[in-house]
This record gives sequence, C-alpha cells and structure tokens, in this order.
Amino acid sequence: MSYKIAIASGKGGTGKTSVAVNLLKAIYHEWTEKVQLIDCDVEEPNDLLFFSDFKRETSVVVNQFVPEIDTEKCTFCGRCTEYCEFNAIVMMPSVKFAKVNPDMCHSCGACMIACRDSAIEAKAYPIGKKSNFTSDFGASLKEGNLRVGSPMQTRLIKEVKTDVDTSADLLIFDAPPGTSCPVVETVSDVDYVVLVTEPTPFGLHDLKLTVALMHEMNRKFGVIINKAGLGNNDVYDYLKQNKIDLLCEIPFNKDYAALYAKGKLLEAIPESIQKIYSELVMNLKSTLQS
Amino acid sequence: MKEVTILSGKGGTGKTSITSALASFATNAIFADNDVDAADLHLIFQPQIKENHQFLSSWQCVIDTEKCTNCGMCKKHCQFDAIHYQNEGGLQINPFACEGCRLCERICPVQAISSDKNSDNYWYVSDTRFGTLVHAKMGAGEENSGKLVSQVRKRAKELAKDQNADFVINDGPPGIGCAAIASITGTDAVVLVTEPSKSGFHDAIRLIDLVKTFQVPMYAFINKYDINEQISTQMEHFFKKEGIQLMGKIPFDEEMVHAVVNGKTIVEYNNNSPIAEQVEKLWIELSEKEEEV
Repeated sequence: MSYKIAIASGKGGTGKTSVAVNLLKAIYHEWTEKVQLIDCDVEEPNDLLFFSDFKRETSVVVNQFVPEIDTEKCTFCGRCTEYCEFNAIVMMPSVKFAKVNPDMCHSCGACMIACRDSAIEAKAYPIGKKSNFTSDFGASLKEGNLRVGSPMQTRLIKEVKTDVDTSADLLIFDAPPGTSCPVVETVSDVDYVVLVTEPTPFGLHDLKLTVALMHEMNRKFGVIINKAGLGNNDVYDYLKQNKIDLLCEIPFNKDYAALYAKGKLLEAIPESIQKIYSELVMNLKSTLQS
Repeated sequence: MKEVTILSGKGGTGKTSITSALASFATNAIFADNDVDAADLHLIFQPQIKENHQFLSSWQCVIDTEKCTNCGMCKKHCQFDAIHYQNEGGLQINPFACEGCRLCERICPVQAISSDKNSDNYWYVSDTRFGTLVHAKMGAGEENSGKLVSQVRKRAKELAKDQNADFVINDGPPGIGCAAIASITGTDAVVLVTEPSKSGFHDAIRLIDLVKTFQVPMYAFINKYDINEQISTQMEHFFKKEGIQLMGKIPFDEEMVHAVVNGKTIVEYNNNSPIAEQVEKLWIELSEKEEEV
C-alpha cells in the first residue's frame, strides 16, 4: 500500500520546505527507503538547495500544446475567438492577422474544434521542466521548475505529478504557498495533508483559509506549529476550538534559522529537533495506516 | 501618480510587514493588497469596508444527469481530465479540475451541460488610518487569482487619480507565476524584499529574471540581514552587478513580530526602532527616485 502526503501552508515562509526535507530524511531512515519527495512549488522550487550532494538522473522539458493559426488557410470567420474563453486569440481580419498568445492559452482545444477550415494546429511550447534526482543519502527527489515568465504553474504541477515513483511506499508533495489552483492541484489526490503554520496573526489567518480549503476538498489534515514561541497563543486556541490535530511544535531558534539560511538543515539538526521529527514519523505512520 | 509593487519571490520574507511600515510614512498613497490568495495586509490596516464587489471569474460547467445520455463525448474532449464516470453511473464534472473552457458545453449533442460564473471571490474598497485600501478575498481553491489582482490594481489606480494621490503601493504575492506576473505588468517600480537565506537568494534571482522581461526598474531591501551576513554580502554584490540599488537592510528583530501581534506597523509599535528609521529612508529614497522619473 503506498501513501501520498502533502506539505502545505497558506502563508509563505512558514517552513514547508524545511519540514519536507527533514521529514524525507526521517522517513528514509526510520520508516522506509522507498520514499520520494516531489517539489510542487514550481514557481520557486527550493527542496534541492538543502541537499549538499545530489545526482541529477533525468530532466525533461514540459511542453504545453498551443494552437497555431495558419493564416493562409484561415478565413477569419472569428469562430475560434468566440470559442476561446481565455481571450487568448488576437484576430484582425483587415490585415489577415490571427495569433494565439501562448501565455493566455489554457490548451483546452476549443479553437481547434471551432475551426471549420483546418487552419489550426497544436504546437509545443515550453512551460518548464521536470527532473529526477537522488540525494546524498539515497532518497529519490523530483522537481518541477517553471520557466521564468510562464503563468502555467498549475499545468506544470499536473505534469510533474503524472510520473512520480509509483513503486514508492510513500510520496511527499511539497506544495506552493497560497490557497488557489496550484495548491488544489498538489493536494487533490493525497491521503493526508500536513499544514505548516507559525504562531503569528498572519500565520493564523492564512491557516484558517487553508483549513477551509481542506474541508471543501474533503482532505484529512493536521497542523505543525513552526517557530513556536514567536508571536502569540491564538493558534493553539483555534486548533483546540476546532478540534484540529496538532502534530508537533518546532521551537523558534535563531541558530536553527541561521542553519536554514546556509542550507545546512539536514547535516546539523539539533538533537531536540531530530527527536520531534522521529515522533512525527511515528505519528504520521499510525495516522496513515489506521 | 506612480505605482510601486512590493515582491519577494520566496514567501515569508516580510513583504506585508514592510508594506505596512511604509504606510506609516506614505501620507498620500492608495494601498492595494495584491496577494489575493492569502491576503494579510488588512490585519494591520483594519479596514472599514466601503465598497463590496463580487468578482465573477471563470465559468464552471455542470452536467444535467436527467438529459445526459452518457455518450462520453465531453469526457473524451476535456483536456483537464475533469470529467469522470461515477461509481453509481453517469458522468460528473470535478469543479476543482474544470478550468471553465466550456468546450464540453458546446459539443454536447443533447445540450445536457450548462455553465455558470463562479462567485466566491470578492474585492473591497476600504477606509483605513493610512488612507484607502483596495483588497480582495478569494474563495477556497478558486482560479484566476491573476485576473483578481488586475481588478484590484485597476480600482486602486482609478482611486489614486480621483484622490490626486501620489502613489499606489501594491503588497505583492509570493512566487513568479500568474499572480506575480499580474502584479508586475505595467507597474512603475518593483521593490524586492528579500532575506539572506539560500532559498531567499535563489527565489530572488528568479524574480529578478522575471521583472527584467518587463523592463521595470527594481530596488532591493534586505530583511533579517544578520541571519547570514555572508549570503547578505553576496546578495549585495549581486544586486550591484545587476544594477539594482540596495535601499537598505534591517536585522532580525522580534519587535517586528510583536508589532504584527498588536495589529500595528513597526513604526507605530516603536517609533525609535532602528528598523523604522531604515524603512523611512527606504520611503524617502523611493519616493524621490520615482518622482524624478
């Protein structure tokens, strides 16, 4: 039986990546070596930065298929522009101009169905790449990396998720911040979501938005309070009142923040924090297997 | 009137804290929260809502199971894998996967599919102690955050014109995707608020590459510079090489968190804070720079 979990947060900078890479290491050593971490924060993928030594296995360009209009065949009837709900087609019949803007096109194929003159053909247009890596300690990593300038992050996440390691016992998806479509895509098929928050008003406000999303999507979830000790206690009251599982607390520590800054999270984890992750692994294992 | 957008690439570097601190100095400005996904600026601004608008974004298609003949034509043509057979029979559209292209509605041979505009997104114009704030609230899991950002900015600019404001200040979203792109298009300047961590630096570089394609002038401000002074120095060199002026740097200070907990800007919380002084310097330089352009 393989399990899928996602690490998400709402607010950015609460510690998703830090939790994801530490959890990967703890799971690899204490539960199963057949685990893969998939970085779905394709706008700003950071998981790899925390592995001092990794090997790139494969890397492929991900394309979106964008229709191209052949102005020789086009009769400028305008049917494709009526079908396009994304206003991605610019057509000026007077100067025989017709073009699809790839950064607005959703590749839905409606214009190709609309065209009666066989003037539209799909052409590949790069939106980013997906790569596989092996970490220094042997764990498998996957990353989606959005081409700078492309607004197609959700589509890239979908593509990245199509070829994860299906033989793995456990897949960990590191989600992007926010609560909109890229997050929905990342958590859409997971068994459990780990929400990482910080005990500040911003952290709590965005946690509430993310909890609403989890309810709407019918996902099981629990919360990690990172940077505990910074801010106030409102998040604890909120979790208690709403009967939400508190998975663990990771204390705020300026030295630990400095380690994070250097990308040295995995080499020099204080023993107290290592223990927290070990307990988290046991906790997640029993939650998933129940 | 000039429009300035605060961005970071990486989340959690302090965009909202710095934007609110700027509000304590910018006396003739309109503010716009462009992080519509996880908007937080209102927690400091404590707005009195004056205008409340529903934002109709993408279409959402539904299948009328009474009319549907289960031919599967819609499923075959859907590029988003949003249409599936149910265990109990019949086809259904997954609202989270549907992108609202309406192709299924157009090709259904028995007209069993209809669509409606999604309506769980709202945007507001509010009065605050810093002046007018335009902000938004997105429904959970909604699409089109980019379009909502454009709407918020459009209204902020109209109001700036009406009120004769000198500036529109946008508190931007994290990342470099559609929401970030929507907050950069057509703005007069970008202020990069960053932190000296490996990921902060990596993400800042991607943002700089994105902003370059729009040919918008960019300034940098380093938050928590003392969490890693080495990376901080590397960043400073990098900005110099890229022609990005460093407008200041501030240390990690728990007072920033205390200010947020109290619903205040750092300037209101402690007027004598050295951070307040740095942000004031940022504001003076930024406003002088932009006014002379």
